[in-house]
Amino acid sequence: MRGIFVLAEHRRGELRDITLEMLSKGRELAKKIDAELVAVLLGHDTENFAKELSTQVGKVLVVNDIRLKDFNAEVYQRVLSSLIMKYKPLLTLIGHTSFGVDLAPALAVELVIPLATDCIDLGFEDRRLFVTRQMYGGKVNVHVSLHEAESYLVTVRQAAFKAEKGEPLGGEIIRVESPLSGNLETKRLIEYVEPPVGEVDITKAEVIVSVGRGIKDEKNLPLFKELAQALKGEIGCSRPIVDKGWLPKDRQVGFSGKTVKPKVYIAIGISGAFQHTFGMKNSELIVAINKDQKAPIFRVADYGIVGDLFKVIPALTDKINELKQSAS
Amino acid sequence: MNIIVCVKQVPDTVEAELSINESERNIKTEGLVFDINEWDDYALEEALLLKERVGGSVTAVTLGSEGADAVLRKCLAKGADRAIWLRDDLFEGSDAYATAKILHSAIKDLTFDLILTGVQANDDGHTAVGVMLAELLGVPHATMVKKIEMIPGEGIARVSRELEGGLEEIVEVKLPVVLTIQTGINEPRYVSIMGIRRARDKPIDILSLKELGLRGEEVGEAGSWIKVERMFMPPTEKEAVILSGSLDEMASNLVEILKARGLV
Repeated sequence: MRGIFVLAEHRRGELRDITLEMLSKGRELAKKIDAELVAVLLGHDTENFAKELSTQVGKVLVVNDIRLKDFNAEVYQRVLSSLIMKYKPLLTLIGHTSFGVDLAPALAVELVIPLATDCIDLGFEDRRLFVTRQMYGGKVNVHVSLHEAESYLVTVRQAAFKAEKGEPLGGEIIRVESPLSGNLETKRLIEYVEPPVGEVDITKAEVIVSVGRGIKDEKNLPLFKELAQALKGEIGCSRPIVDKGWLPKDRQVGFSGKTVKPKVYIAIGISGAFQHTFGMKNSELIVAINKDQKAPIFRVADYGIVGDLFKVIPALTDKINELKQSAS
Repeated sequence: MNIIVCVKQVPDTVEAELSINESERNIKTEGLVFDINEWDDYALEEALLLKERVGGSVTAVTLGSEGADAVLRKCLAKGADRAIWLRDDLFEGSDAYATAKILHSAIKDLTFDLILTGVQANDDGHTAVGVMLAELLGVPHATMVKKIEMIPGEGIARVSRELEGGLEEIVEVKLPVVLTIQTGINEPRYVSIMGIRRARDKPIDILSLKELGLRGEEVGEAGSWIKVERMFMPPTEKEAVILSGSLDEMASNLVEILKARGLV
């Protein structure tokens, strides 16, 4: 039986969510095409992960080597390519994470295996693989075919699939000897650096007024801070605002920033690319204000206003302040 | 230090309302402004800053059809020394892999210490070309780079990679190396009038399939791993209730919604 490989992703002793998300999808695919779901676990002293994964798969391939303790694309590529050559899986799934994007494209080129990246869905039609991915910052989707091949490689977007555990499978744990030998590193991990601790922790805020590229200029910020103040909330933002240095990193919501779940999240001038919505889509109430009525942010929002931010926001702030005054 | 920067021309779609063209395989580009891919602009700036710090040269390379030379002019105007335009009708429809092969054919005979490019392009978002190029060239790489520090005399770059949740990792890589650059690493400069004037007289080298020593089946759709079959608008999982009416009505409605939840 051909295998579907899922590369387990872990960092600093924690199995990352993407692993279980890929296993969920992998299980569904394996069932459909009668393949075996195989977790591939590279690391050092990963017994506990191997046990956890074995309940979800037919087989766990474990390579134990101190050089695999932390992620390093170079050494991971060597081990993974030798496993793929040995076991010839039909498909290998790797997370489209900072880990996966450093690894998958080089692995695909080395093995000359077709690669599709950042996929939000995938499936076989006959023996051919088709995937769904997004373009233009999530504004459009595309249905994509992969060139017919013996083996495929796909990187999977985080949170694209729910991490649902299946019936316990009691998979076999197979220890494979590490193929690494000698000193091969041209790349060396020095250290991890924690994000700086800022003045506020926006993950604790009940109200977040979040701004994006649509606010145009740093000097417009006070307009939005006033709304945050009127709602006794905190100001948050999407990536471009931090990139431009208009707000500090600890206020950034999304993939490379904070994940928040406030009572209300007001997204202003944020188009809503996945990188941002990842960090806020579980808020209790989401309000989006944007001038592009087709902006992806409206696909995660509960309420929306299509209009000019510079008119809508002051009107809103005034109304709230009026209401507060009449109440006091 | 010899630095190569790979740049791409893309339509600016950040604030544009997109629609799909008749082929159902791409967007309508009428009315859109084409410019350098945002990530590549940061990569270019990083190359120029490094050159200013340690000396050397910056060569900008792009792959694109008619009009793509505008991004090379921009690179030259900002301070790049040389520009190479990889242009051939057969390149159309290239995916990340075919693109990397074409770039490789042009770069493999050049002398370089560093190749910089954006983490991804805003149009197709493959997040793959830089790393594929590194593998084809047989040199190391690091992606999502937020800081570059050269360790003098050792032929090593110490870079900071951006991981999830604000975490970063510091890695050391041996030169020559391909680094893919994340936005926010620097503040890209504007093009100066002087720069534009200077760039006007600089030549742009144009190289075709044949001149690159490639065969037709290695590039374009034929040489690609993936092919867009159909483009469509993303399905709505959840439809936002759009508040309409006058400015005053919209604001009042929204305040009512917030009030009902005890937020005002």
